[in-house]
Amino acid sequence: MVNQNLVKGVVSEPYKYGFVTDIETEKISKGLNENTIRLISAKKEEPEFLLNFRLNAFRKWQKMEEPNWADLGYKEIDYQDIIYYSAPKQKEKISSLDEVDPKLLETFDKLGIPLTEQKKLTNVAVDAVFDSVSIATTFRKELAEHGVIFCSISEAVKDYSDLIEKYLGSVVPANDNYFAALNSAVFSDGSFVYIPKGVKCPMDLSSYFRINSGDSGQFERTLIIAEESSSVSYLEGCTAPMFDTNTLHAAVVELIALDDSSIKYSTVQNWYAGNEEGVGGIFNFVTKRGKCLGKRSKISWSQVETGSAITWKYPSCLLLGEESVGEFYSVALTNNLQQADTGTKMIHIGPKTKSTIVSKGISAGNSVNSYRGLVKMGSKASGSRNYSQCDSMLIGDQASANTFPYIQSQQPNSEIEHEASTCRISEDQLFYLQSRGIEFEEAVSMMVSGFCRDVFNQLPMEFAAEADKLLSLKLEGSVG
Amino acid sequence: MQTKTKELDPILEVNNLFASTEDLPILKGVTISVNPGEIHAIMGRNGCGKSTLSKIIAGHPSYKITKGEIKFTGQDIKSLEPEERAQSGIFLGFQYPIEIPGVSNLEFLRVATNARRKFLKKEELDTFDFEDLVREKLDLVKMDSAFLSRSINQGFSGGEKKRNEILQMALLEPKIAILDETDSGLDIDALRIVASGIKKISNENTGIILITHYQRLLEEIKPDYVHVMSDGQIIKTGESDLALELEKHGYEWTDNFTKEF
Repeated sequence: MVNQNLVKGVVSEPYKYGFVTDIETEKISKGLNENTIRLISAKKEEPEFLLNFRLNAFRKWQKMEEPNWADLGYKEIDYQDIIYYSAPKQKEKISSLDEVDPKLLETFDKLGIPLTEQKKLTNVAVDAVFDSVSIATTFRKELAEHGVIFCSISEAVKDYSDLIEKYLGSVVPANDNYFAALNSAVFSDGSFVYIPKGVKCPMDLSSYFRINSGDSGQFERTLIIAEESSSVSYLEGCTAPMFDTNTLHAAVVELIALDDSSIKYSTVQNWYAGNEEGVGGIFNFVTKRGKCLGKRSKISWSQVETGSAITWKYPSCLLLGEESVGEFYSVALTNNLQQADTGTKMIHIGPKTKSTIVSKGISAGNSVNSYRGLVKMGSKASGSRNYSQCDSMLIGDQASANTFPYIQSQQPNSEIEHEASTCRISEDQLFYLQSRGIEFEEAVSMMVSGFCRDVFNQLPMEFAAEADKLLSLKLEGSVG
Repeated sequence: MQTKTKELDPILEVNNLFASTEDLPILKGVTISVNPGEIHAIMGRNGCGKSTLSKIIAGHPSYKITKGEIKFTGQDIKSLEPEERAQSGIFLGFQYPIEIPGVSNLEFLRVATNARRKFLKKEELDTFDFEDLVREKLDLVKMDSAFLSRSINQGFSGGEKKRNEILQMALLEPKIAILDETDSGLDIDALRIVASGIKKISNENTGIILITHYQRLLEEIKPDYVHVMSDGQIIKTGESDLALELEKHGYEWTDNFTKEF
């Protein structure tokens, strides 16, 4: 039992990224039909195969039903009331960053992602996506010297169409699920990464997704390919302004790892979560999946999910290659009226494959936080192993946490281990820290960081510090 | 600089304190005054309100003061948060130190020490300087530095937890330390270590309240005053020989005492 008065007295920290950039945009009209898709495709001057990919996905989507198995409650989404393409007006061809609208550069500056030559982050290349389009990608030349391709997916469609045609939809098929089908039909932009054989990407790559307009959805698509014996660490960040309406975000991320390659994909998701009464906020329905195609390949997901009104997200690994490795490290924090249903799927197909799942769910306020995960051992996955650990922390007495582990094994010669725990920050723990002079909020954040440490250790260093800070900010004012 | 006369003012004054938890009265008029350099012992049966008194002085939110006052160095502290009380120099050694998984003991000790130092307008210590300080203090309680890298009290034996409390006291250098059954669950060797630690940390400016059931601790640390508590009141106050009497006769002996205040 935690003293509510003690807890409520703490001042709430407003969402720092809630501003709107006032910029002239090109938007198509609301609604979704085949013409919308043809229009998007035409605007992007796409090759025939991609238009067909989109139309095929759209036709499948029309026959599908929105899934309702997740432990989420939200008002029905009107798919005809969404703008499917919104882009800031820019010059037709931009040859250097200097030609990017200063307002856009300023926006990313404010978000802590400076893009210009003088100010850009020194150790990480950034692809900045604003609503439906990629604005700029830094360090492209430097990366190109190593043969690394890092650009927007729209550019990749034009410049590397063979790779796109070969891999797009190869991990998440167009009809995989309702939201993936929708994304496949209308995706506007996103990032493309290609690491050639034997190359260790010389710097971290990062995409920053910014939703700016209130009535358009964001449907980005990311594709990362790691050729034999290559490796890359990729980071993803997201924020959105505060609107009292809900914005739909339905992304698809596909990763492909060939023999002996490794992909590390880290996310810090901080979409606007809505206000304390649950008004507004992003509906985040995301399909992320990696395919360990090659022998001894490795895909590692780490995510810190703190934003969005609704999160529906299960970054997964298909472990095909012999001795391939899948990892999922997750911290999901929900507060106020946020709802998260998140977890992973580890599908062991090849022999001697290994997967590790570490999930930490923290629920505060009146929020609902569920872990949902599938571990499947296929008939050929002999000698494969999985270890899962799912811990939940409850803050206050109004929040709820659930764990839904699904385990399927068709292979007797495989091992699956699952551990789960639930704890509550107790008044006595808080009092103990406070009675040593530690401020209430610091006491809470020390305990939360301690709880998340196993996951934070997996994040790239600067990211880990940021994630830690983000969690304390999110908890301010609502810890109870 | 404080003047000599000021030093002689009580560090802690509890006047006619009434307190309850969930409408259940626990303290029913406790009065106690501790001067600098004094050691007080509070004895009494389980459930008599000893631990409650210590928690209320430290600011535990589960208890409500219904009447009376608590003054620390002349200031009423009723409205202060537990962390403010701690920063200003009130220390509670817990009877059952809490385990906090995932939070490193070293980090915890450093944050706590710096909170106190900040209040004292002393420079906050960085990781390196703090490690030097903590190693020095570890010797006082004969603890191994391996304790520092573990989570707070997690997997510590009873004796280790109590030594960790005294280590915290050594780092925080409180003006008043209330040690709630610090001797319980300790073997004779551990008791000596803890007692000698307490003696080394305290000086003529600090006040100490030892809450205990046993004479054993009081043989190591001789109190100036012994208070006997029963049903939320202090029913008898004497000098250190009162503890011996109690040891001889048991608490039943006190049942016939009437309240002296």
